[in-house]
Amino acid sequence: MSNLTEIRWHGRGGQGAKTAALLLADVAFQTGKYVQGFPEYGPERMGAPITAYNRISDVQIRVHSNIYDPQYVVVVDESLLEAVDVTSGLKKEGAILVNTSRPKEEIIPHLKGYEGKVYTIDAHKVSMATMGRYFPNTPLLAAIVKVTRIMDEETFLREMRASFSHKFASKPEVIDGNMAALEMALKEVR
Amino acid sequence: MAKRDRLSGNEAIAIALRQINPDVFPAFPITPSTEIPQYFASFVANGQVDTEFIPVESEHSSMSAAIGASAAGARSLTATSSCGLAFMWEELYIAASNRLPLALALVNRALSGPININCDHSDSMGARDAGWIQIYAENNQEAYDNMVQAYRISEHKDVRLPIMICQDGFITSHAVENMELLEDADVKKFVGEYEPEDYLLNPECPMAVGPYSITDYYMEAKRNQAEGMRHVERVVLEVAKEFAEVSGREYGLFEAYRMEDAEYAVVMIGSAAGTTKDAIDRLRDRGEKVGLLKIRLYRPFPAEAIADILKDVKAVAVMDRAEGYTNHGGPLGADVMAALYRARSQALAINYIYGLGGRDVRVEDMEGVFATLKQIAEDGDAGETYRYLGIRE
Amino acid sequence: MAADITKLGVKAPWKDLTEGMVIAGAGTSRDFNTGEWSTDKPVFIEEKCKQCLLCTPVCPDSCIPVEGGKRGEFDYDHCKGCGICVKSCPFGAITMEGVE
Repeated sequence: MSNLTEIRWHGRGGQGAKTAALLLADVAFQTGKYVQGFPEYGPERMGAPITAYNRISDVQIRVHSNIYDPQYVVVVDESLLEAVDVTSGLKKEGAILVNTSRPKEEIIPHLKGYEGKVYTIDAHKVSMATMGRYFPNTPLLAAIVKVTRIMDEETFLREMRASFSHKFASKPEVIDGNMAALEMALKEVR
Repeated sequence: MAKRDRLSGNEAIAIALRQINPDVFPAFPITPSTEIPQYFASFVANGQVDTEFIPVESEHSSMSAAIGASAAGARSLTATSSCGLAFMWEELYIAASNRLPLALALVNRALSGPININCDHSDSMGARDAGWIQIYAENNQEAYDNMVQAYRISEHKDVRLPIMICQDGFITSHAVENMELLEDADVKKFVGEYEPEDYLLNPECPMAVGPYSITDYYMEAKRNQAEGMRHVERVVLEVAKEFAEVSGREYGLFEAYRMEDAEYAVVMIGSAAGTTKDAIDRLRDRGEKVGLLKIRLYRPFPAEAIADILKDVKAVAVMDRAEGYTNHGGPLGADVMAALYRARSQALAINYIYGLGGRDVRVEDMEGVFATLKQIAEDGDAGETYRYLGIRE
Repeated sequence: MAADITKLGVKAPWKDLTEGMVIAGAGTSRDFNTGEWSTDKPVFIEEKCKQCLLCTPVCPDSCIPVEGGKRGEFDYDHCKGCGICVKSCPFGAITMEGVE
C-alpha cells in the first residue's frame, strides 16, 4: 500500500475528535486521495475517552481494522495523557500533536519515552482569538495538516474555504472566523 | 456520469433511497442504523422525495407498517439493527410468506446480552431462516450498490420476496470512505416503477392477504414459497449484469479473491473481508497460495457454486461473526461444510467465531488464520473444528 | 387479476396454490364449497314456516336465499351446519339432528 498515512485521534466524547477525523477525511478526499475516517465508540457519554481514526492513501483502502501503529497521533484533550496510552504503537519516525497551552518541554515527560517528534498547539487560544468560542476541531485540523504535510497549506486553505462555504451556507458569518482559526493554527503549531 | 464522493455507509444507503424514492418508509431509531431514517427524513422535509415517512412507536410497528404498505401496493422499506430486528421477528415471516417484496436496510449489530452497540452478525443470522433474501456488503460502495439493486431482485415476478441489505455496524455504517454514486436519473431508470399485479388498494380486484391455512395446505404453501427462493440466484446474477452496464462495477453471488490456484481459503461475510484481502496480498507476496471467498448472497445460500470454488483447496477456514451455540460452530460454518460434504470435497475445514460485539479483526489475525490452515494441512488433521479467533484464554 | 381457486382443495398440489396464499378477486368464497365441512344439515319444514324471515340475517354463510319476500331451500354448498337458524326460528320450521 503506497503512501499510506495512518492517524489516531484521542479525545473525549463531545469534544469533536470524530468530527475532526471526518473533516480531515473530507479535505484529503478533495485533493484526490483515498480516505477513511471512523470513530471507535466506547460508552456513549460526554467526557468518556473516544478514539477516531484516519487512513489517507493514494490507492483504495480495503482494511477495516482500527489503527494500532499510527504514524501520527492527535491528543485533543491533554488530560488524556494520563488516562490513555496515547503513544501506543506510535512510530518514532512519525509525530504526536498535543492540544495544550503548556510548553512542549512540559508535555514530553508524559509521553512514556516516545522518541519521535512532538508538536503542540494551543487550540483554546486560537479558537477564542478567532471564533470567540472554544471549538478545538478547526485549529487541530490545520495543525495536523501542517504536521503530516498531506497537502500544502495553500491547497488546504482553498479546499477548506470551499467546504465551509458549503457547510455554513445558512450562516456565512462564521466562515471568516473559521478560516482565521485555520490560518492562525498553521502558524501556532510548535 | 458517476460522481465521486466520500460518505459513511449510512449516508450511502440514505442517498440510494433518495434516488429510489420509495413510496412508504416507516421507521423507528436504533443505533447504529438511526442515521438512515434521520438523513432520509431530511430528504422528505426538503421535498427531495415524495415518500410517506411514518415515525412509528417500535420496530414491531415499523415492519408491520412496511408490510401493510407493501400489501397495499406501495414500494416500502424500513431500517433497523440488532434488538430492533429481533422485535420484528413475527413480521419477518409474515412479509416473506405473503410474498411481499419490501426491503430492509439492516446495519448489523450484536444482540444483547451483554448489551453492546457494535458489529456482529447475530441479528441477521438469527433471521436467516425467515424466508428473506439476505445480501451483505464489504464496504460502503457495496452497501450502496446492493441497495440500488435490491428492488430489482425482490420485485422480480419469479421471486417476490422481501430483501435484507446488510452492512457492518460502525465499521462501514459510521466510516467515511471513497465511493462512486450513480446519477439520480440512472438509478431511477435502473430501478423502474413498481407495478404489482395484485394489491389491496386496487378497486378493480379486491383481495385477501394472509389467510389462515389449515394443516391440509400449510406444507404446500411453504413449498410454494420456497419456489420463489429457487429463482433468486438467477435473478441476482441477471440484475448484477445489468447493474454492471450502468455502473461498471461487477457483482456475483460471492467474490472469489485470488482463488484461482489457492490451496488455503477463508470464507467470510462483511467488512473483515477487506482486511483479509490485505492479508492475502501480503502472503501472496511471500509465495503462499491463499485466497478468499466473500459471501454476498447468504440467503438463499449458493451452496453448489461455493463448493465448486472451494472443493479442491487443502484447507478452509469458515469465519462466523455470530455464535450458533451448536457446540460445533456458527451458521456459515454449517452451511459451507454441508456444501463441501455434498460436493464430496476432501478439504479440511475449520470454523472460527470472530469479531463478536465489534471485536476488531486485524490483518495479522487473518495471517494467523492462514498459518493455522497451512499447519492443519501439513498435519492432515483439522483438529478442533470449532474455534474462537483472538479470544483471551 | 382474480385468483383461480377452482383447483384448491385438500388434494391440490403445491404448484396450484396461489403465490403467498393470496386470494385476489371479490366473491371468491362462492366458489369454495364450505358445505363439505358440515356433519349436520338443517332441514326446512315449509308447512310450518310463516315467512317471518328471522332466520335469514342470522346465517353466517348467507345460505338462506330470499326471493319475492319468501325464503327458499338451504344452500347446502355453503352451509357449515352451525344450527343458528334452528335457534332463531320461533315456529319449529327448521330442525337439525343434535340441535334443539
